[in-house]
Amino acid sequence: MTSLPWLTQMLEVLAALAAAPLFVGWINQCRAWLQNKSAPPLLQPYRAIRKLFHKDAVLATNASPLFRIAPYVVFGAMVCAAAVIPSLGTRLPFSDAADAIALVGLFATARVFMSLAAMDVGTAFGTLGARREMLVGFLAEPALLMVIFLASLIATSTALPAISEGLATRALGLYPSLAFTGVAFLLVLLAENARIPVDNPATHLELTMIHEAMLLEYSARHLALMEWAAALKLFNYACIGFALFLPWGTVTGAAPSPTTLLVSIPVLGTKLLGAGAVLALIETVSAKLRIFRAPEFLATAFLFAVLGLLVHLLLGA
Amino acid sequence: MRRFLFPMGAIVGVGLAVVAVTSIAFPAEQQILPIGLPDLPIHLRRDALSNVFLFLLGAASAGVSIFGAGYFRAGEGTAPGLLCLQYHLFLASMAFVLLADDAYGFMVSWEMMALSSYFLVTTQHRIPEIRSAGFLYLLIAHLGAIAILLSFGVMQGGSWKFTFDAMRSATLAPTWAAAAFSLALFGFGAKAGLVPLHVWLPEAHPAAPSPVSALLSGVMLKTALYGVLRVAFDLLGHPVWWWGLIPLVLGLFTAIYGVVFAAAQTDMKRLLAFSSIENIGILFTGVGLAVVFSGVGMTTPAALALIAVLYHAINHAFMKSLLFLGTGSVLHATGERNLGRLGGLIHRMPWVAWLTLIGALAIAGLPPLNGFVSEWLLLQAFLSAHEVPRAFVNMLLPLGAAVIALAAALAAYVMVKFYGVVFLGRPREAALAQAHDAGWLERAGLLWLAAGCVTLGLMPTQVISLLAVVPKQLGIVDSFPTTSSWWHLVPVSGREAAYAPLVFLLAILTTIAITVLLVSVFYHRRIRRAAPWDCGFARLDARMQDTAEGFGQPIRHIFLQFFDMQRELPTPFDRAPQYRVVIGDRFWRTIYLRLAQWVQRVAEAVAWLQQGRIATYLLYSFVTLLVLLGLVL
Repeated sequence: MTSLPWLTQMLEVLAALAAAPLFVGWINQCRAWLQNKSAPPLLQPYRAIRKLFHKDAVLATNASPLFRIAPYVVFGAMVCAAAVIPSLGTRLPFSDAADAIALVGLFATARVFMSLAAMDVGTAFGTLGARREMLVGFLAEPALLMVIFLASLIATSTALPAISEGLATRALGLYPSLAFTGVAFLLVLLAENARIPVDNPATHLELTMIHEAMLLEYSARHLALMEWAAALKLFNYACIGFALFLPWGTVTGAAPSPTTLLVSIPVLGTKLLGAGAVLALIETVSAKLRIFRAPEFLATAFLFAVLGLLVHLLLGA
Repeated sequence: MRRFLFPMGAIVGVGLAVVAVTSIAFPAEQQILPIGLPDLPIHLRRDALSNVFLFLLGAASAGVSIFGAGYFRAGEGTAPGLLCLQYHLFLASMAFVLLADDAYGFMVSWEMMALSSYFLVTTQHRIPEIRSAGFLYLLIAHLGAIAILLSFGVMQGGSWKFTFDAMRSATLAPTWAAAAFSLALFGFGAKAGLVPLHVWLPEAHPAAPSPVSALLSGVMLKTALYGVLRVAFDLLGHPVWWWGLIPLVLGLFTAIYGVVFAAAQTDMKRLLAFSSIENIGILFTGVGLAVVFSGVGMTTPAALALIAVLYHAINHAFMKSLLFLGTGSVLHATGERNLGRLGGLIHRMPWVAWLTLIGALAIAGLPPLNGFVSEWLLLQAFLSAHEVPRAFVNMLLPLGAAVIALAAALAAYVMVKFYGVVFLGRPREAALAQAHDAGWLERAGLLWLAAGCVTLGLMPTQVISLLAVVPKQLGIVDSFPTTSSWWHLVPVSGREAAYAPLVFLLAILTTIAITVLLVSVFYHRRIRRAAPWDCGFARLDARMQDTAEGFGQPIRHIFLQFFDMQRELPTPFDRAPQYRVVIGDRFWRTIYLRLAQWVQRVAEAVAWLQQGRIATYLLYSFVTLLVLLGLVL
């Protein structure tokens, strides 16, 4: 089956595009249940995106072309990221184009474009959001790279599919280094996706916003793309987490069969359901930090990652 | 005339770059110039290492020269004719530094480079700050030159021949070799702006006219890197592994220090100068890593680290020159260097803004541009660091990757600040509405450098296969696998780390194109223009945007220990509240001022010799004569 890798690749991108808003919807639903609220419908994010696409785009009079390009760049970067991450299978033709470090670079590109676009109109909230986003970004990125660095050391490769495969084929057991980096990764995921201890996706108070503050000037299709890209980013981070810490159940090996591909879809779905519930739980039990506590939060993540690295180098485990 | 001479210089630069690239794989060729002192001809030699740096010099300076043709104009400091002479003397002396094959020729061209650049820095010599910046630069450049001279003195190893060939064949005791390396590191580090020898850089680089700043940051700093590489890997032969730890640690610290200070700057050229310090830190980290690897016999990682260094040097030459030239255009269009008085220039100067964006994204280390490739290579080299067969060192070395990652992420922060404040948002001053875009010569220069950034980013395999000649010729590695799958760093199971920027770029562009197409087919492309919403706040003005100070505030808060900061905060009862923050360099106070005080004290102690009476001086002469007679007889 030579076409199977391509099929996996196509399926993966489409699954990411389709499932990302669903994942967000699921998290929102879980959170509402945990907080004793009546939950919005599971498909609410799709409706919001659909509605936005139909509207006329309102641009600020002094918005430059950069402002209009940015949503497409951010969205494109997230789609490409989805193509690199082995969520369904590890034999991906496109994954040769970008390894895990390039993936981090891709996320950084998206972040920089989003921040630049936020500064473009020149509003107080936009620049504030851009500054904070870059702050969180530069703190989270080294921690994420350290997580990936450790996984690369274990798997002796920086290609994410190879890492995932290498980790999946190891003997089952509790690896202290992976436990430490797992915590680090979770903290980075929360910070990078504007989740609760660092940012609040449900806030209506502009002064505490990070991600939302950058999108204040966007409307209609641009906003839809940005929202969709944010959902994709969360989905991608979840899938990176699966690839590193739950690497089982994907299409692997030199001779994959179509049945494994069929099996891998519900496996991914189950993982996402679990991850969404955990994220909702974390968001429910924790409070938002002041912005200047965010460095401490992310320094903790970084320290955990470094600890994992040292544990691995010292104990080889 | 300058319209003719500067483009001529650019053509020579392109020619130099082409010759360097086409002959990079040739064996080293030597030549003896019969000029100089009697019995002391100048030896020249061109090998792969020189060729790489000659390419850097030629290609980057070509863009700067074209830009310069449109930039320099009369009435600003030094007369254009003299400036043109100094500028080309500067370029020529840099070329001779890269070609010199004896200590004599090297030092002469090194000094020529220092002096011509000093005059270029002090172009606007009527401004006292610029004069003192130039003096500081001259002082530290000469401290460095003394160290380099001493290093050559050690390296000749008792043969008293000062050709580089003699130094290559000299065998040094380990202590002397280490001394030579340390002296060279000090000397070249002073020229490169390695912390704590960096204090002159953020003063001198911004003081110069922008094309000169571009050359200083983009090209001249690399001659210092060239010197370190030449001494460590060629003249000293096989470096000992622990030497590498010094540039490694200094480099990592320099990288963080530079980028943290860059984030706190409010002057756009000073910001770029500090960003140069950061990049020098990254380069010296790579040098240190290469020395460590090659010292313990890990040849392929050593070659990889060295290639990463060379690649980053070339990249930085292009992107930093591009950014400095961009600030030059802004400076000419607005007369402002202060970030707090700029903004919104993307509307008035689209050419400069979009081309500078390429440089800013490249230096932020974002794929698929060139800055990402070299940082990626360096991180790949760090991945082998745990295999260094030295206890504890192999555990600490991988942490260097974390520091590099932090520096790269902070560089993105700095670039968003730089670009966002200068080009995006609303104009912070009314006068900015009169800003005009750059002329066609300036645009051509910017375009050349931006094209370089893109090309270097998209064709890494080709560039690396050329650069791989250098470690081979220096004897670091027998053969570096330069096939398309050369990135088998730790080849296991054939699944390797790979990065294909062209595919990467095409994928993103295709996705974007498909998205645009689908959106316009299924929905519509209607646009309505309205006043900015800003959450319904109607009386928005330009002063409400984030300032450069505001953008630097989180960094000042987090990296408080780095700064020597004085703040004056207004009290709630102030009628005219004022907020002032002065950021100083801790090294300036703790090292330089103390050193200056100490020198002053010694000078005062010696000053009692000067009595000011002729009889005393005659007595000194008489005593000296007597002592000398006693010695001779």
